[in-house]
Amino acid sequence: MLKATIIVRYKQGVDDPEGKSIKHSLELLNFKDIQEVRVAKYYEIYLDKPLEEGKREVEEMIRKLLVNPVIHDYEMRVEEL
Amino acid sequence: MWGEIMKVAVLQIEGTNCEEESYAAFKHFNQDVEYVHLNLVKRGKKRLEDYDILFIPGGFSAGDYVRAGSIFAARLKAIAWKELKKFVEDENKRIIGVCNGFQILIELGLLPGVDGISEVPEAALMVNDSNRFECRWVYLRKERDTSFSKEVPELIALPVAHAEGKFFTTSKILEEIEENRQVVFRYVSPSGGKAEYPWNPNGSLNDIAALVNSYGNVMGIMPHPERAFHWYQHPDWTRKKREVGDGYYIFKSLLHHK
Repeated sequence: MLKATIIVRYKQGVDDPEGKSIKHSLELLNFKDIQEVRVAKYYEIYLDKPLEEGKREVEEMIRKLLVNPVIHDYEMRVEEL
Repeated sequence: MWGEIMKVAVLQIEGTNCEEESYAAFKHFNQDVEYVHLNLVKRGKKRLEDYDILFIPGGFSAGDYVRAGSIFAARLKAIAWKELKKFVEDENKRIIGVCNGFQILIELGLLPGVDGISEVPEAALMVNDSNRFECRWVYLRKERDTSFSKEVPELIALPVAHAEGKFFTTSKILEEIEENRQVVFRYVSPSGGKAEYPWNPNGSLNDIAALVNSYGNVMGIMPHPERAFHWYQHPDWTRKKREVGDGYYIFKSLLHHK
């Protein structure tokens, strides 16, 4: 069994309105000195595949659905459980 | 092409909406329109090539999970990418995507399509700057005549209803879009001037509300023309006399384009 973890976040320089809203809400709760809040999506995908094949497949999932390369960067890790 | 009956497919998957308004709009012009669920295309029961116009309606396809429109786009691509490319390369065929449909066309790489068709997305319709669902009437200025806008007056009002409608792309592609004159409608203020929020409801770059591809046969539009087809759908119908709703002209252009 493989576990793939993928984090998809906005590229630097791309606006993150959700992060801004959350920053504002935290400030309303009296948290001070927050420089920035950035929101990302975290996926866990469990696969029944050999490691190398699994990695290739997860890369394809990223390309076909999970990431829009115009606005997103991502980190991916695939490990055997 | 006056008087010629077109075959129109209103594409559906779970979570699309306004299909009925869109269907009714085409029926109003006596077109041969039908609902086509993507699963019928997948099973080979319907073929895209049999239609003249594909209409991708609004809504929250597949729950708008991952990103708005991305699941519909990925499924359509997996089922019929070759057919879709052939469709777009045929100058007599047209695709229009409204709201979620616009998001789908961007995720497919059919828009902005500065060099035709792209295998990867060249732009995004991102979360609105306000981080809210924006649901209101907006004003649009027609930027050019296309087969989607030929019959449309210079300044119209249409409703928007979306959370992810901010058109975003690289500065290079944005420049090419403007050079190619691919912007069909821009958000403007009620008097027709530069749109600030809320008249630009989402923070779209260059106030872009609708785009056509470089071939001129695929258009995506964030506001909903099918929700303003009749005069009585406009909120100012008691004050301003209209024969038809402003969205009517987009369907009229689409059907009487030659």
